[in-house]
Amino acid sequence: MTRKAGPNGPGTHAVSTTSTTRGAQEHARAQAASLVEYGPTIPAAGAHDLPPGIDPATALWAETVAPGGYAARVLPRGTILRIVDVDGDACANLLVFSARRPTERLNVADTVKVQWQAYLAEGALLLSDMGRVLLSIVTDTTGGRHDALCGVSTLTANVAKYGSGDVSGPHPNGRDRFAVAIAKYGLERRDIAPSVNLFKHVRVAPDGGLHFDTTPGIPGGTVELRAEQAVLVVVADTPHVLDPRPEYTVTALRITAWAGSATGPDDPLWRATPEGERAFRNTEDALLEGGLDV
Amino acid sequence: MSDAEVHTVRVVLDEVIPARAPWAGVVARGQTLRIVDLAGNQAVDFLVYNDHDPAERYSAPDTITAQGNIFLVQGSVLRSNEGAAMMTLTATTCERHDTIGGACSKESNTLRYGFHTRHQHACVENFLLAHSWRGMGKRDMTSNVNWFMNVPVDPDGTLGIIDGISAPGLSLGLRAEMDVLVVISNCPQINNPCNNFDPTPVRVVVEEPG
Repeated sequence: MTRKAGPNGPGTHAVSTTSTTRGAQEHARAQAASLVEYGPTIPAAGAHDLPPGIDPATALWAETVAPGGYAARVLPRGTILRIVDVDGDACANLLVFSARRPTERLNVADTVKVQWQAYLAEGALLLSDMGRVLLSIVTDTTGGRHDALCGVSTLTANVAKYGSGDVSGPHPNGRDRFAVAIAKYGLERRDIAPSVNLFKHVRVAPDGGLHFDTTPGIPGGTVELRAEQAVLVVVADTPHVLDPRPEYTVTALRITAWAGSATGPDDPLWRATPEGERAFRNTEDALLEGGLDV
Repeated sequence: MSDAEVHTVRVVLDEVIPARAPWAGVVARGQTLRIVDLAGNQAVDFLVYNDHDPAERYSAPDTITAQGNIFLVQGSVLRSNEGAAMMTLTATTCERHDTIGGACSKESNTLRYGFHTRHQHACVENFLLAHSWRGMGKRDMTSNVNWFMNVPVDPDGTLGIIDGISAPGLSLGLRAEMDVLVVISNCPQINNPCNNFDPTPVRVVVEEPG
């Protein structure tokens, strides 16, 4: 390994701005005023893009996810989670866990089988492996431009497609983004179950063939999800596995979330399907275990 | 099977999995696991793990995106969540098999058929029991293969488990591309046509080149 030269050259001791502890501290603190395109808005109440009528005091999360990046958050039951495809070419790979008992998690097979529908759209429920609802899709301006079958990219897939896939390089893979994100919540690689994608759509042909929808996305496309129990949501903004473009192409995601109420028996969504109604009843029943609220 | 093939393989295991029961076994790299649908239209729920690192396991998304199709047919490769080839479907006399339907569970049965089915046996019960034999658990569950099960997707996205396309004696062969732990639930479901409403035994045979 070559030795990296400091501003004053290797082995020299002349003064630079960071050659003393005080100088390094000033240098570090001066960076805080930088304006960046990506990252969290802290406090979330300071976000300028909460929808009209939402009291900033109820804001729970505001963050812009960089292309190739990730974010994770625990959200209380009732939270409305808004995810925006700002420039129209994002791919929100989602993992969802029950926050209180993370062994309960998104099950995409149950999600599509129980609802008799392979394509996610407004009104769809993201179901756990315990027959309960994790998130419901309450708003979708994309007209169902999503995918529940194709999962997330891997190091192997990205190396084959882009020449590299490590998260320290220019083509981060989604699976390793997930692994690091959930590690911070005490979860491990084996906890990464199949995920869903928002803002990229894949059709299944009658012969079973998978066809990636190359129709350009709509800038500002918005999905709002309601947390039907306390959840850990993990988002990786990495290109869809079947995206045919040879370049690593993905744009930023904007996330905001605010306090709300879980779906109740008076909501049309509660009774939209008999399967969904039983899923809501199971979810409410689990409240009696005292485990659904954070 | 031709006579030539009969003389070039050595059978290392030959068992019948009773109706509704779990099964687990190791298939070494290069060995072939054959599964025989003895009575016809019996769904075989199937998970595969890297026997040396069970965090690496069969991945339905990686498998279907690599081949661009949701159906498993002759030549299909079961891929892991790290993108590696785990097993190859070297032979199948049933036209195609399912990757998207997952496993039945007591919990999902309550959604699909009603709370009266909560007490019935289910594949996830089998998987969790088989996992417990190895110190594995619920966190090791993932979307599984359903051999001999028929799950079409209509143009509008509607999907469902419909009448099977298997028949008595149809079989498949899977060559292990790494040392794998195979975990099977011989599906006990009686509320949909995946087992023709009548769960039956299947036969598993592990062979290796003689």
